[in-house]
Amino acid sequence: MNRKKLLGTPYYIWSAMFIIIPLCMVFYYGLTDKNGAFTLENITAMALAEHAKALWLALGLSLISTLICLLLAYPLALILTGLKVNQHSFIVLIFILPMWMNFLLRTLAWQTILEKTGVLNSLLSFLHLPALNIINTPYAIIVGMVYNFLPFMVLPIYNSLAKIDQNLVHAARDLGADGMQVFLKITLPLTLPGIISGITMVFIPALTTFVISKLLGGSKVLLIGNVVEEEFTQAGNWHLGSGLSIVLMLFIIVNMVVSTIFDKDGEGSVL
Amino acid sequence: MKRNKTKSMIPSILFMLCVVFSLGLTGCGSSSGDEKWEVVVYNWGEYLDPDTLDLFEEETGIHVIYDEFDTNEAMFPKVEAGAASYDVICPSDYMIQKMIDHDLLAEIDFENIPNIKNIGQQYLEQSREFDPENKYSVPYCFGTVGILYNKSMVEGPVDSWSILWDETYADNILMQDSVRDAFMTALKLNGCSMNTLDEGELEAAKNSLIDQKPLVQAYVIDQVRDKMIGGEAAIGVIYSGEAIYTQRENPDLEYVIPKEGTNVWIDSWVIPKNAPNKENAEAFINFMCREDIALKNFEYITYSTPNIAAQELIEDEEIKNSDIAFPDLTQYDNLETFHYLGAEGDELYNNLWKEVKSQ
Amino acid sequence: MIKNTAKKLYLSLILIFLYAPILVLILYSFNASRTRAKWGGFTFKWYGKLFKNQEILGALFNTLFIALVSSVTAAVIGTIACIAIMNLKKRPRAVILGITNIPMLNADIVTGISLMLLFISMGIKFGLGTILLSHITFCIPYVILSVMPRMKQLNPHIYEAALDLGAGPVYGFFKVVFPEIFPGVLSGFLMAFTMSLDDFIITHFTKGAGIDTLSTKIYTEVKKGIKPEMYALSTLIFLTVLILLLLVNQQPGGNKSPSGKNISEKGV
Repeated sequence: MNRKKLLGTPYYIWSAMFIIIPLCMVFYYGLTDKNGAFTLENITAMALAEHAKALWLALGLSLISTLICLLLAYPLALILTGLKVNQHSFIVLIFILPMWMNFLLRTLAWQTILEKTGVLNSLLSFLHLPALNIINTPYAIIVGMVYNFLPFMVLPIYNSLAKIDQNLVHAARDLGADGMQVFLKITLPLTLPGIISGITMVFIPALTTFVISKLLGGSKVLLIGNVVEEEFTQAGNWHLGSGLSIVLMLFIIVNMVVSTIFDKDGEGSVL
Repeated sequence: MKRNKTKSMIPSILFMLCVVFSLGLTGCGSSSGDEKWEVVVYNWGEYLDPDTLDLFEEETGIHVIYDEFDTNEAMFPKVEAGAASYDVICPSDYMIQKMIDHDLLAEIDFENIPNIKNIGQQYLEQSREFDPENKYSVPYCFGTVGILYNKSMVEGPVDSWSILWDETYADNILMQDSVRDAFMTALKLNGCSMNTLDEGELEAAKNSLIDQKPLVQAYVIDQVRDKMIGGEAAIGVIYSGEAIYTQRENPDLEYVIPKEGTNVWIDSWVIPKNAPNKENAEAFINFMCREDIALKNFEYITYSTPNIAAQELIEDEEIKNSDIAFPDLTQYDNLETFHYLGAEGDELYNNLWKEVKSQ
Repeated sequence: MIKNTAKKLYLSLILIFLYAPILVLILYSFNASRTRAKWGGFTFKWYGKLFKNQEILGALFNTLFIALVSSVTAAVIGTIACIAIMNLKKRPRAVILGITNIPMLNADIVTGISLMLLFISMGIKFGLGTILLSHITFCIPYVILSVMPRMKQLNPHIYEAALDLGAGPVYGFFKVVFPEIFPGVLSGFLMAFTMSLDDFIITHFTKGAGIDTLSTKIYTEVKKGIKPEMYALSTLIFLTVLILLLLVNQQPGGNKSPSGKNISEKGV
C-alpha cells in the first residue's frame, strides 16, 4: 500500500511548484513594498475610495448575475431532465458547445448585438420599437456575465437533478404530497449541492472578470478585476496588484468553505 | 521481490519523466534566445506591413519573431522584468525617456544604420526632447492627436477640445483609454501644459474628466477606428495616423487639430540593453529606414513617416500633400511632446486616472 | 398542453440566447467588408484567405498543440495521482483535494498572476514552455475531480483478486482498474481540453514574445478590429465540433464507453 502512495509524488511536486509556491509569491509581493520591506499598505489599499467602489460594483454585478443565472438555470435544468432524451451527454454538450467558439469572440459578438447601431437595435427599429441603449453600462456587463457563465450553473444543477431517485418522488406522491411539496421537500434539498456548486462556479469568475467589463462596459465601468489587471499590465505596481489579489482571495476562500460545508462528497460538481 | 522492485521504480520513473518534461518545456522556451539568426521585434499592434517582415527575412536570412503591445505602459513592465528579451522595440517619446532613465536601452551603433540619412532632420531634432544626443532611438512614425468627427452627426466646424464636453453629444464621444492621452485633452482644454506636475492643475483636469464621464460613450484605444467608421459615435479622440484610414472607409469623417494645442508624438525604434541580437536589431532598423520599405509601411498603416525619401515616393498627390499625414506644424500653437515625469509623477497620474475611472 | 408549450418556449428562448452571438459571428465570416461596422455583401473570400494566413494558422496550431499536450499530460498525472490519493488517510486526502481545488476555484487572474510571478522569479523565459506548464496546472484538477468519483465506486477486491491470480500491478491496473475509471479519465480529459482551448486570462499573463494562441491573438485584434479570417476560422471550428457531436450521437452506442456505461452518467 505504501508504494501506491508514492504514485502521487509527481502530482504533489507539481502542485507544490505551480500552485503553492506561486500563491506564496503573491503573498510575498502583496505584503512587501518596493524596497522589500513588510507592509500592510497594499492590503488596506482596498479601502481607498477608488478600489472600494470597484469592489462593491464587482460584488453587486456578480451577485445579480449569479442570481439571474440561478433563476434561469433551475427551470431549465428541470425541463431538460424531463425531456425524453436518452443521451444525456447530448444535452450537456449543447451547453458546452458554445465554449468552442472563443470566449473573447463570443463576448465581442455581444458588443455587436447590443451596440447603438447593433443587431438588436436594427431589429427593434424594424419592428418600430424604441431602441435599447445598454451597451457600455453595467447592464451590458450583466448580460455578458450571465451569457458566459450560465452553462456553469446549468450543468451541476442538471447533474444533481438527474441523480434523484424517481422512486422517492413517486413515494412522496403516493403519500399524498402535491407538486409544490415534492419540489420543496425532495427536489430542492437534493439539488442543493448542485446549486451551491453552480453559485461558486458563476460567482468567482464574475467577481474577478476584467475582459467582460472591458469589452461590454466600454472601460467606463471599473471592476476590481480591471484594477488588478491594470496594476500588473499598465501601472506596473505589482505589489499593489498582489495586495488587492489577496483581498480577492478572501472571497474565494469564503466561497470554498461554504461549498465544502454544503457539498461534502463533491456530488454537485460540474464534472 | 521482483514485483516490489518494479513497483518502487514506477514513481521514480514518473518523477524523472515529470522533471525531464518540464525542463524540456522550459528549454524550448529559452533556447530561442540563444539562436544567432533571429531578431525579436516588439511593436504596436498592426504597426507595420507584414510583407516587409517577409522581405527582411528573405534578404538577410534573419528570422523575425514578432510580438505586439497596445500601450506604452503595458510594454514597459515586460521589458523591465526581463522575462522576455526583445531586440527591437518601438515605444513613444516619453516612454523612451523613461527607458533611458531606467538604464534599459543600449546605444545604437549608427555605423550599422546608413539609412538614417533618409530620416528628416526636423524629426531627429524633435527626438532630442527625449533622447538628447540622438543616441538611443531612430524615428519610425510621428503624428498628432486630434478629434475625429462625423460630419453627418456634428454641426459646423470643430476646432476645440471643448466639444468633448458638449452635452449635445452625450453618449456619442469616444475617449482614449490611456492615462496620458486622456489627461492631455483635459489639461489642454484648461490651458495647462500636458507635462504638468502641478497638483492644482492636475486636480482641475481630473475634475474635468469626471465631469465629462457621463457624456463619454466608451474609453477605447484602437477600437475608436471601428466605432467611428460604423457611426457608433460622433466624436472620437484619435491618432492622426488612424484618421487617414478611417476617412478612406467612411468619407463623412473629418480630422482636426484643436486650437488649444495637442500632443505631437514620435514612435521610434530602440534597442534594449539585454537584447541578445543587437546587430540583427540594427540590421532590422536599417531595413525599416530604407525608403521603399518605409513607403510600404506607410501605405499599409497610414501613420506619417519621418522618412523624407519615402515621402518623396508617395504617388497619391492627395496623400502626399495631406494636412493630416504631413501637417505644417508651425501654424499651431501649444504643441508639445510628452515627457517622462518620474516614478512619482507616473504614480500621481495613475492614481488620478483611477479616480476618474472608478467614478 | 399549455405547460408543454411554455416549456418549449422557454427552452427555445434560452437556446436563442446561447446561440445568437455565435450566429452573429458566423454571419460576419461571410461579410465582404473588412470592418465589423459595415455589411458589405456576401462572400466566401475570407475562407480562402484564411488558409493563406500564416499568423492565424500558427495561432490555431499553437492552441491545439497546447490544449492537446496539456490535457494529455494532465490526464496522466491526474489519474496516477488519484490512485495515490485514494490510498491516503482521511486528513491528508482532504488537504490534497483542497489544494487540487485551488486552481479551479481561484480567480483566473490570480492564478495567472501567481504563475507569472513564479516564472519571473525563477528566471524562466516566457514562451511555449511557460504556457504549457500553466495549462497543465489548471487542467489537472478537472481530471482528478472527474476520476475520483469513479475510483470511489471501484471495488478494491477486483484489483486484489487480479493480483492474487498472478497479474503484475501494472497489468492489473490496465486490465481491471483502468477500464472502470476510463469514462472518468475521458470526461476529465475532454473538460481539460475544452478549458485549455478557451483559456485567455492565464495565457495572457504567462505567454512570451512571438507565441500566440487564438485567444491572445484575438485579444490583440479586438482593439484594431478583428480580421474576418478569424470569424471564418471560428465558424469552421464550430461546425467541425457540431458535426462530430451529431455523428457521435447518431450512432447507436456511439456514446458508450468500453465498460458499457454511459460517459455522461456522471456528466461531462
